[in-house]
Amino acid sequence: MTPRKPSKEPFSDWRSGSTVKGILEAIRRETRGLDRPLRIMEVCGTHTMTLYRSGLKPLLREAGVVMISGPGCPVCITPDYYHEAIIDLVTSNNNILIATFGDLTRVPTARGSLQTTVPSAGSEIRIVYSPEEALELAQKNPGKEVIFFGAGFETTIPAIAFTVKRAASENLKNFSLLAALWLIPPALKAILQSGQVAIDGFIYPGHVSVIIGQQAYRFVAEEFRTPGAIAGFEPADVLLGILSVVRQIKQGRPEVANEYRRVVQVEGNPVALALMAEMLEPYHADWRGLGHIKNSGLRLKPCWQALDAVRKFDLALQPGKSLQSSCRCGEVLKGLLEPVDCPLFGRVCNPDHPLGPCMVSYEGACLIEYKYSSGAKKK
Amino acid sequence: MCLAVPGKVVSLESNGTGKVDYLGTTVLANFSLLPGVKVGDWVIVHAGFAISRLDQKEARRTLKLFKELEKLGPAD
Amino acid sequence: MKKVSLEMGSGGRLMQEFINEKLLPLFKNPYLKVLHDSALLPDSLALTTDSYTVDPIFFPGGDIGTLSVNGTVNDLVVSGARPEYLSLALIIEEGLEMEILEKILASIKRTASRNRVKIVTGDTKVVPRGQADKIYINTAGIGHLVGRPRPEKIKPGDRLLVTGPVGEHGLAIMLARNNFRMSSRVRSDCGPLLFLLPLWKKGVLWMRDITRGGLATVLSELAGKIGFPVLVEEEAIPVSRALKGAIEILGIDPLYLACEGRALIVVKESEAKRVLNILKKQAPSRQAAIIGEVQDRIGRKGEALLRTSSGGLRLLEPLTSELLPRIC
Repeated sequence: MTPRKPSKEPFSDWRSGSTVKGILEAIRRETRGLDRPLRIMEVCGTHTMTLYRSGLKPLLREAGVVMISGPGCPVCITPDYYHEAIIDLVTSNNNILIATFGDLTRVPTARGSLQTTVPSAGSEIRIVYSPEEALELAQKNPGKEVIFFGAGFETTIPAIAFTVKRAASENLKNFSLLAALWLIPPALKAILQSGQVAIDGFIYPGHVSVIIGQQAYRFVAEEFRTPGAIAGFEPADVLLGILSVVRQIKQGRPEVANEYRRVVQVEGNPVALALMAEMLEPYHADWRGLGHIKNSGLRLKPCWQALDAVRKFDLALQPGKSLQSSCRCGEVLKGLLEPVDCPLFGRVCNPDHPLGPCMVSYEGACLIEYKYSSGAKKK
Repeated sequence: MCLAVPGKVVSLESNGTGKVDYLGTTVLANFSLLPGVKVGDWVIVHAGFAISRLDQKEARRTLKLFKELEKLGPAD
Repeated sequence: MKKVSLEMGSGGRLMQEFINEKLLPLFKNPYLKVLHDSALLPDSLALTTDSYTVDPIFFPGGDIGTLSVNGTVNDLVVSGARPEYLSLALIIEEGLEMEILEKILASIKRTASRNRVKIVTGDTKVVPRGQADKIYINTAGIGHLVGRPRPEKIKPGDRLLVTGPVGEHGLAIMLARNNFRMSSRVRSDCGPLLFLLPLWKKGVLWMRDITRGGLATVLSELAGKIGFPVLVEEEAIPVSRALKGAIEILGIDPLYLACEGRALIVVKESEAKRVLNILKKQAPSRQAAIIGEVQDRIGRKGEALLRTSSGGLRLLEPLTSELLPRIC
């Protein structure tokens, strides 16, 4: 069978079989002679996606590396009570327009999901792809209160901060933000401090790093003596990151390597960082699964409170009764449990009937495992 | 949500937005977080905002590394 | 209380469950049991029906009218039948502009004559404003068999072909529906598969038009049916350049995007090259390709597998519930 010769795309070199093979062999050369497989956590859900979608996970196992999925999926770690607060708001008030990212609408909670909610008269839930679309919805619907429910890490936070600032400068009275904004470095620290998961190294998220730069992870190498590398999202990018981590482990010289230099600058994106500092302040936030983590969330500073949906609508963001006590998303997010080892995985919890956010989000470890992995353990 | 392949800037508007091309599909992007963007630059766009410029020199350096690793051949 | 969800009609797993658990036991008969795209009736007759609810009703590359004829014609073709007669039922929302209706009817007429089928009976209903969305169309089609799908004859080594680039209809509809702040050259592939009919005499064992759920869902259905795994090569699957750009931005998998004018064909190993050459000589299938084969070495029974361009293997599951636009 002769494969059709594909035309050259800007990413084809990073997906080619020969490149992937070259790096895999280099990894194998390093792991040869080790008495156990190395355990490396890919922090970001998009990395998880790359590993599964390109079928690399089994190949890495053969090369002596076990990849563990981390907490890097904002939809997964946002606690239920954010969704429940939104559901209460749209079901008990008229003329509320919730704008949010697509997969947030399907997360199941004790009160259903945003998708299954029937809003009051004149209220609705809309999916947007950019926070600015939410702002434009507010401009076009002056008779409605538009709330942007934005969940995201450092990659997405500057876009959200910019949008809020623009709403303020345009004096838009009917726009506000429900911020579910999370910071990666404090979560890494919490995972390392808990000591529950044996991790030999980290693959750091490439586009979070675009914003925060290379120095943000220094404590991992210095305080915790754990290697790590920033990596991009093509198969060869992730493998290059893994190769770097494996070499650091072998040499006993942990550092913060940048294997995504074509996109990530050492200092990050200074404009985005300045904007975040201007608009937002850190607070001790709750992560699903990881619990309360010091300075791990961002919220609007008090001077922007007119645009803060929590204050504007007096939202109660507090743990209520949690859904499915048997759902073990929390352990999956910490890297303690492989999706297939969850007793619910497959038969009871699947993409058609998700019981937890990890089976909902495009970046959720359970959904990715379900969709792309061989089906022996399903059903 | 962190998905983002590089696209090429094909137009710039005075309000800080412009169009980015991906093999013939174009997307409206906001360039406010990336001052000094020029038409012809390759950028990473996330949630409607360009967040980083692609460094072609670094990209070529990585491609060279790929070739070297390939030449080393199998580990065993 | 259990309620009907959108996903139940999305062509994915939930729809399969609904058909197998609710419909089949209720209407049990030997014709229904086969569950092909058409029912194969006595006297070499094939009968099929389909409803069209696409939103928007006009999209780059087609409209609900072209879709309602091509879709039904294609279901007959892949069942081995030459389409002859169609019925046409319109459910129209009060207030639809007459000009729009006439435009759709003109599309239907044009597409029917292109497919050499006659519309011989029909029905028109108008429902009060808001009780339907502009217009829905149902067509049924009937034709005589010129070939017969023989999935039981499929064996390891037999080749899998697609008749052209995948995913264009699904993406064109997504872009037409949603404000992604995107503009694209991608057009729907909506078109007739009539040109495939002669292939039934050239060693073709099975065909399926690739609609909702995309190529991955069809492959997974095929693997489930034949008792052997199937393996396709990512590099060999034709995907247009404009589509490649768009799916990167949207983060979607082209193998799950719908087509409305493409088919997956299983051909005897010895005839594969010849069938490919015939396809390549015709305009609608110029980009046809052999994408893989039925396996006995790699994979487990019932699995559809993809060898990725990076050299890894991955399972192709049928489409699961996701946020999907109404595409047909």
